[in-house]
Amino acid sequence: MKQIVISSLEETNELAQKIASLLQGDGLLCLSGDLGAGKTTFTKALGKALGIDDVITSPTFNILKIYEGDIPLYHIDAYRLEGLSQDLGFEEVFDETGVKVVEWYDYIADILPKERLEINIALDKDNRVFQIQAIGKKYEDMEEVL
Amino acid sequence: MKDITILAIESSCDESACAIVRNGKDILSNVVATQIEVHEKFGGVLPEVASRLHVEQISAVIDEAVEKAGISVGDVDAIAYTRGPGLIGSLHVGVQAAKTLAWAYHKPLLPIHHIKSHIFANNLITDLKFPLLALVVSGGHSEIVYMKDDSSYEILGQTQDDAIGEAYDKVARVLHLGYPGGPKIDKLAKGVEPSYKLPQPKTQGAFDLSFSGLKSGVLQFVDRCNRKGESYDDATLAASFQETALNEIMDKLLKAIDTVEVNQVLLAGGVAANSRLREKMAEAFSNRSEELILPPLWVCTDNAAMVAVAGYFAYKNKEFGDFSQSAKPSLKVLESQK
Repeated sequence: MKQIVISSLEETNELAQKIASLLQGDGLLCLSGDLGAGKTTFTKALGKALGIDDVITSPTFNILKIYEGDIPLYHIDAYRLEGLSQDLGFEEVFDETGVKVVEWYDYIADILPKERLEINIALDKDNRVFQIQAIGKKYEDMEEVL
Repeated sequence: MKDITILAIESSCDESACAIVRNGKDILSNVVATQIEVHEKFGGVLPEVASRLHVEQISAVIDEAVEKAGISVGDVDAIAYTRGPGLIGSLHVGVQAAKTLAWAYHKPLLPIHHIKSHIFANNLITDLKFPLLALVVSGGHSEIVYMKDDSSYEILGQTQDDAIGEAYDKVARVLHLGYPGGPKIDKLAKGVEPSYKLPQPKTQGAFDLSFSGLKSGVLQFVDRCNRKGESYDDATLAASFQETALNEIMDKLLKAIDTVEVNQVLLAGGVAANSRLREKMAEAFSNRSEELILPPLWVCTDNAAMVAVAGYFAYKNKEFGDFSQSAKPSLKVLESQK
């Protein structure tokens, strides 16, 4: 477990940039944190770091948004799926090569691949605390150098 | 000129709908089966529930639309359908139904962009006069769109984070008002002084919108009150949120309109039904030269008649699709035919 305290949007961009390059075009990030913690903000920064030009907006309404680019970004928001266990077809998304970001991942924990980078974002006064937990070799190596 | 009759299918979100419209104007039938009651229980749109109900409803909805129109599917000129954006599972149901009809009856297909449909819906109540500016506000979208003619589409500004309808839903959930949040907040806020101070949205683009910071502001306001043991008034908070959100929209719209010359300004999307937004629009445009179109509720909500109108213009512009195209949840306007 690693903890990183962030106090500005620039620092969010820097962290996203670092994570984006360590992912090397493929991987799963699971984000948690209250409404307004900054999950979508972080995903926007990550998308920018991946070279995606489109405006990345909240996927709450559509559940899944796909951004095509050299490295595709799959942005899932499970906010509306609380208390449901149904086949939503997300397994296919997790099999794709590209960066997959899941917000409110607890709600679909049973269908998520085991290996992933979990990031919890918490507000602490004016700062944001990123708690990063790696599961699996690739992600443990990432956590090491973050 | 020969009449053009379009059969259209819409299933991008809550509604399974089919309509038959002649010349982008005369509604022969417009059938909508809604899932709102089911979703109310869950506090939002659930994709699996949505697609399962669409499967159950779509055939009956098409049958009813054809019967009410008093024609046969063989009599229509083309089949229009919503290709995206929307919920993937829901979209597939409508796409399959449209392809099946087109295949069986040898009709051309017209893949339609959901937001374009919302804008074209206004042609059902008035004649669209291009160039025009559309304010598209819904659960999944918030855009200021400039249309030079009936086949062009330029986004001048758009939300950088949450859509306005989504912000309404999330704030409504915090206030325990239920789903959909828009009408409930609108009702609660009516005539109430918006006296709580909430953070003003900030964006980089001059005409862009943002509602995420405001949503967080409401949450932090509630948290702060709970922590300090202070009470707050739900209606005042609803009114304060609504006023801040709508002022953001009006501010950007009025800035954007000064950069273009248009004949009409129109509202589109589900949030167009918001009574306070309509008041603000009427006030802002009372002394301006542009004609203001405020569509009635039945034009703003998801239905298939609007897809048929967009289909009519697509037919005239020969924007046909083919059978290889599938649903595209993140569809962009300019790629709807690709």
